[in-house]
Amino acid sequence: MSLGGELTRAFDLRPKRSWRGVKSNLMTVLMAAAVGLIAIPLVLVMVSVFSKGGAILFHDFPSFLTADIPPVRKAGPGMGPAVIGTLIITGTATLIAVPLGVLGAIFLNEYGGASKFARLVRFMAMVMTGVPSIVMGLFIYVVWTMHFHLQAFGGALALACLMLPIVINASEQMLRLVPNSLREASFALGATKARTVLTVVLPAAGSGIVSGSLLAVARAAGETAPLLFTIGAARTINTALFTDENTALSARIFENAKEAVVNAQDRGWGAALALVLLAFSLTVIARVVTAYATKVRK
Amino acid sequence: MATEQPMTESKSSSTTGGKLATTAPVPAPRPSMIEGLMSAPVVFTVEALDVFYGAYKAVRGVELAIRKNQITAFIGPSGCGKTTVLRCLNRMNDLIPGARVSGKVLYHGIDLYGPDVSATEVRRRIGMVFQKPNPFPKSIYDNVAYGPRINGIRDKAKLDEIVEKSLRSAALWDEVKDRLKHSALGMSGGQQQRLCIARTIAVEPEVVLMDEPCSALDPIATARVEDLMRELKQHFTIVIVTHNMQQAARVSDFTAFFTAELDTAGQRFGQLVEFDVTARIFSNPKEQRTENYITGRFG
Repeated sequence: MSLGGELTRAFDLRPKRSWRGVKSNLMTVLMAAAVGLIAIPLVLVMVSVFSKGGAILFHDFPSFLTADIPPVRKAGPGMGPAVIGTLIITGTATLIAVPLGVLGAIFLNEYGGASKFARLVRFMAMVMTGVPSIVMGLFIYVVWTMHFHLQAFGGALALACLMLPIVINASEQMLRLVPNSLREASFALGATKARTVLTVVLPAAGSGIVSGSLLAVARAAGETAPLLFTIGAARTINTALFTDENTALSARIFENAKEAVVNAQDRGWGAALALVLLAFSLTVIARVVTAYATKVRK
Repeated sequence: MATEQPMTESKSSSTTGGKLATTAPVPAPRPSMIEGLMSAPVVFTVEALDVFYGAYKAVRGVELAIRKNQITAFIGPSGCGKTTVLRCLNRMNDLIPGARVSGKVLYHGIDLYGPDVSATEVRRRIGMVFQKPNPFPKSIYDNVAYGPRINGIRDKAKLDEIVEKSLRSAALWDEVKDRLKHSALGMSGGQQQRLCIARTIAVEPEVVLMDEPCSALDPIATARVEDLMRELKQHFTIVIVTHNMQQAARVSDFTAFFTAELDTAGQRFGQLVEFDVTARIFSNPKEQRTENYITGRFG
């Protein structure tokens, strides 16, 4: 017996074994298994891209990213035109889609409100998100490429069509998160609507808009279908936007994977790794920008 | 609650006592004092003001006169329309879809809802401080400089001067002078609200409207803001909405008492019950409903 005397157990607070507890454990196991299943393809994709692509990409390190594309059967490096093409095409698409999309989102959230036109635009943007990317490519092929030949700009237009709804939706969400009290504070100081949007609302939503746009860029950089019949297939670096055929990493992966030659397939894997790294760095930038911006706001 | 007159006296001295107190508590209504208050020039005349939200007539038949360099308090229970009326005074209700008014809000004789009146111009002269502190997610300096920059002031030295002067007027300068470039969101709630006041007075408005400026603040921060109001009324005309009767009794010169009533169709609407010198409202109200409210019998 202890000094404090006998402890009486007035309540039984021990966990009870019940069917509910069994169900809970079962579901926990199932969810853990689902996470494991999801991880399998992700890990396998990463492992194969890095092992097969890494061998060729890092074997000729910077030259793989800069040299011209050799003839199909020849071994060795060269994805320079595709790297440059991806940068030019995605960059141009970004320059088209991001300003348009952000302006559209500003209209929808700040000016249009619940008007019929705004609702129509919002609905169309939603529908456009679901349009298969190859349809975007076909559309640009018909309205642009058939008149102006294969060129980087056609591909950029197709990618811009693809990015536009993503940028609009992401930006509108971010603008909606800006508290109305900030707009009121600005109006109460005698600011006009335009000034309020430019100097208060946009900076407050800025980090979100930047990361949303960067995710759209990363998505566009990996698209193949819209480029298939808009940019052609260049083997030498072409920095011109409107003249001559161009190429892109995603299109090169597709073409090289079809070849029966191992040398070409290897270059395809290298291109795949280059693309993964490009998209990865964009995502990291998006995260860093967001984290930095939220830190400033606290 | 105690009888009316001693109540206002004791509340005032106990809450603003110590070193924070800068002015005397609300004195008993002497005819000379009332005359003095009534002789101040009129800034706003509100005539037969009705406010609608869509088809719903939320506030009915408000008549008021707001006088220069005085503090006018709007008191009353929730849903009585005091904030709605306040937001009519600088056309902030324009921002609410479906809101419209009938009747007149005359500012120095000009109808604010007249055809040739720009809401933006109105708000440059009639500033507003909100219920919840709402500093911009910018630096302290940029918050205060925002208004002057709207008015086209670009000169760095001039802006520095305005920022310092405004922050001093808002009794905030000594606390923030070493971190003007820091984010305003890192300040305490009371500091944020005083920053919002500094931001408002930086554009040198004639009138400052305050919509329950202390309801999100603790008693000490509230006392500081109240002291600030008494200082600011030397330069500005202040209209304050408050839930807190004691606050109205402590700081205001005039008080408008609103209530929510039911009309014959069973719809709730806000109504002005009584408008008078604060000392009279709290000592000798004309209306039974006012007396019931201030003595705590309802609300």
